[in-house]
Amino acid sequence: MLEIKNLSKTFFPGTPNEHVALNGLELTLKDGEFVTIIGSNGAGKSTLFNAVCGTILPDSGTITLNDKDITFMPEHKRAKVIGRVFQDPMKGTAPTMSIEENLALAYSRTHSGPLARAINRKQREFFRDALSRYGMGLEDRMKTKVGLLSGGQRQVVTLLMCTLVMPQLLLLDEHTAALDPATAEKIMEITNSIVQENKLTTMMITHNVKSALTTGDRTIMMDNGQIIFDFSGEERANMSVEELMRLYTDKKKSEFDNDRMIFG
Amino acid sequence: MQLYITALQEGFIYGLLALGIFISLRLLNIPDLTTESSFGFGSAVAAVTAAAGHPLLSIPLAMIAGAAAGFVTGMLQTKLKVHPVLAGIITMSGLYSVNLIVLGNTPNLSLGSESLFKLLYGLFDLDPIGKKIVGTAASAVFCILIVLIAIWFFKTHIGMCIRATGDNPDMVRASSINVDRTKITGLCLSNALVALSGALIAHYSGYSDIHSSNGTLVYGLAAVIIGEAVFGKRGVTIGLISAVAGSIIYKLIVTFVVDMNLFGDYSATLMKLMCAVIVAVTLSVPAVKSYINRAKVKAEVKHNA
Repeated sequence: MLEIKNLSKTFFPGTPNEHVALNGLELTLKDGEFVTIIGSNGAGKSTLFNAVCGTILPDSGTITLNDKDITFMPEHKRAKVIGRVFQDPMKGTAPTMSIEENLALAYSRTHSGPLARAINRKQREFFRDALSRYGMGLEDRMKTKVGLLSGGQRQVVTLLMCTLVMPQLLLLDEHTAALDPATAEKIMEITNSIVQENKLTTMMITHNVKSALTTGDRTIMMDNGQIIFDFSGEERANMSVEELMRLYTDKKKSEFDNDRMIFG
Repeated sequence: MQLYITALQEGFIYGLLALGIFISLRLLNIPDLTTESSFGFGSAVAAVTAAAGHPLLSIPLAMIAGAAAGFVTGMLQTKLKVHPVLAGIITMSGLYSVNLIVLGNTPNLSLGSESLFKLLYGLFDLDPIGKKIVGTAASAVFCILIVLIAIWFFKTHIGMCIRATGDNPDMVRASSINVDRTKITGLCLSNALVALSGALIAHYSGYSDIHSSNGTLVYGLAAVIIGEAVFGKRGVTIGLISAVAGSIIYKLIVTFVVDMNLFGDYSATLMKLMCAVIVAVTLSVPAVKSYINRAKVKAEVKHNA
């Protein structure tokens, strides 16, 4: 279970560039819940992910994962239990190393000592099996350098690296946005099957409102560092893209009216 | 002939330096200037230890000294966030004084009869040529042994983490590996090898000189680059071998130039300039190639119009 309480982060405070990225955000994810996150640019989605991963430290608030306070835990330590796939396919893999070496790097951290051979035959078999499930033909190219793969193939490798050892939380940061529509769909299919099979607690940022409403089992919309909508169950099932956009514009308009009342 | 055997031997010993530079430059992707002083540090520590009557002990001690230098640079870079190039420069210039102190406040120190090579020659009854051959064989065996250990090491988990750190530190961090630690480990290893090379050179030449590190960085770069030009950039195992091979080829070229007296009286003087030119030319080949290509395409388009 992930519990985020009163999380705030302001970039460049006290300067003209001051930007409130997170503003007292509250969010609780049940075990196995798959939440999709939408919101305009600058709404604080990526900052939220960065705070959860430890790339940035929040100004205030706490992040608790399975009853353990991880707010100030170093990034590489929480990476043990948090898997993250970035939008940029280049970010999740080491380009000059082969597919099997990349996988071994993700796998061996929990399965062997520092001076053990990084890849043995048993592991190679295990990787091959895991890769063959995705029908991308990668299992026959285990010695290929990852830098030579296409963006979609690299995202599959990254996804697999994140889930070879099951994380307690999976973060997907627009992980299909840089791919062509067909590949994006394929990667989403693979993502769904991995998440469902392992009942992974997952958060996914996306700019595709339609897929946000159809993927997973809960959708939240962020704006100005806060959650403005939180749909699940029937409400979400009945929600259409148009309806959501209308709600969003209404909300923005009423905020604007309030401001006018204050300053007017 | 004797000249070329000497070149071979020096090529192997300096090959360890090239190995160290390959690790920092190619695997960690850090231009590490510490090298320029850790070579002399290894040489100084080895000379002092050997002169005190412990020639065998001098080798591991020199390596520890080099690793310590790498550790300082690594800490500056990671924990204190100093720019990698500056961190190297800081350690390098600081070490100059340290090296002088280690040498006993003199610019050079003789090993006397405690040189490992002299001790080796003493085991056999040899003429000068025989000594050269035995010395070269010993250097070759030792160097190859170190290369084999390095090849094994970079196939282990920790070795792979170091390689991945140079490739994509974000991904390494996301794989729950402490990037600071892998960087520091890599720099320690790299500088330990550089210091080992310095120590062996001290044993080989029979003395340690404060200026022995001058130009080691550009030498190592030249070796790595020549190796890559010959073997191509093909993975870590080939890379480690090609760094040593590059060092040998470079030494042979230099010896050839001096032997043929290509530049008259300046043949020996021009050594460093040659080294710099080789590095500069090899590094600029890809850019020049692309200019030529563009000119070709341009001419073709004009021709067809």
